Amino acid sequence: MKIAIVKYNAGNIYSVVNALNRLGINPVLTDDIEELSSADKIIFPGQGEASGAMRYLKERNLDKVIRDLHQPVLGICIGQQLLCRHSEEGDTDCIGVFDTEVKRFTPSSHEYKVPAMGWNGIYGMKSKLFKGIPDNEFVYFVHSFYVPLCQYTAAVSDYIQPFSAALHKDNFYSTQFHPEKSGDAGERIIKNFINI
Amino acid sequence: MGLAKRIIPCLDVKDGQTVKGVNFVNLRNAGDPVELGKAYSMAGADELVFLDITASYDGRKTFTDMVTRVAKEINIPFTVGGGITELADVERLLQAGADKVSINSAAIKRPELINEITSHFGSQVCVCAIDAKNDDEGWHCYLKGGRERTELNLFEWAKEVQDRGAGEILFTSMDNDGVKNGYANDALSRLADSLSIPIIASGGAGKKEHFLDAFTVGHADAALAASVFHFGEIGINELKGYLKENGVNVRI
Repeated sequence: MKIAIVKYNAGNIYSVVNALNRLGINPVLTDDIEELSSADKIIFPGQGEASGAMRYLKERNLDKVIRDLHQPVLGICIGQQLLCRHSEEGDTDCIGVFDTEVKRFTPSSHEYKVPAMGWNGIYGMKSKLFKGIPDNEFVYFVHSFYVPLCQYTAAVSDYIQPFSAALHKDNFYSTQFHPEKSGDAGERIIKNFINI
Repeated sequence: MGLAKRIIPCLDVKDGQTVKGVNFVNLRNAGDPVELGKAYSMAGADELVFLDITASYDGRKTFTDMVTRVAKEINIPFTVGGGITELADVERLLQAGADKVSINSAAIKRPELINEITSHFGSQVCVCAIDAKNDDEGWHCYLKGGRERTELNLFEWAKEVQDRGAGEILFTSMDNDGVKNGYANDALSRLADSLSIPIIASGGAGKKEHFLDAFTVGHADAALAASVFHFGEIGINELKGYLKENGVNVRI
């Protein structure tokens, strides 16, 4: 099976490579359109800033390529946010697979820190990604922006308010958290994606 | 539920080996940072911190190699620090696979370093470590692992660090460090209540109650400790069970 990771100007891509290697998989890290289109599965990871990331993708026509993929795609963190229609971060028009808005956390009291950083529970899971993952399992988040609950929500987490910890639409799956840094639970989620 | 309070063991590394007498049962080589890190991860640690205490150039190379190995083998987040003075150091360590870097003296000497790191790599990678001590003139920051006093006020510096974009503050009270008498909860709560970024408590953990106080009295988001974990005085699993019983949201 050929797993491709979208290579772009977002950090933390190598931790996804390492996570796949731990599962005995050697992914291709590429921004080549042919390579991406011919992969069996595609991971769209990252950590970074939305407007700079979108500019990079658009310059290479990767935004359209990603939107038109028919294979299973897994967006992680900023990858999930870029798959949405628009982000408040830098007032950025994104790829638009998920017809929803990405918003910035507004702390309601001093106990809520932004970026939200650390382990939080997820519940209300409804996609193949979460097979074998019990409600309230902890996974690792690092983010200042979030996707509100919407028709695509595939897992919920609570921070300031309930938000989308994961999304799903057709062949597109995504998580706001980092499965590659979420211990054994994260490993299971990546394995589930590989087995879709 | 909300975010869990984090428990973070800190490992000092010299020439690729962990230092401080490490008393870990069933571990073939507790001197190997990767093996020790794995053991902590399995025991329930939420994150790890590796501090390079080597000064030499060769030591740096060894440390970077260690970071690469940790990133390959450990599936929880980890921060690295020690001897970071410029953006190139940060880039090297992030490329090796570290999730975050911790900067200390270099930020005090040249505060723009914080802006440079966060604009290149994002706030989330930049942990600003602050060593401080309370004297007649209030809380002051120290340089060089606590050997040199500065005129910088802890709370003013912490605010500046946040404004420059740091993602977290790792606050070590030098009065409490090594004494095992509890964290500096007054200063901690003042930091946590006035800032909008997470605060990691460091220095003073001797028993489980100290961790509970850091969270409930000090309002810390995470607590870091070294010797109580290394010497096996407190097991991480056992600690988290205790915290949970006392109403703290922890990952178990």
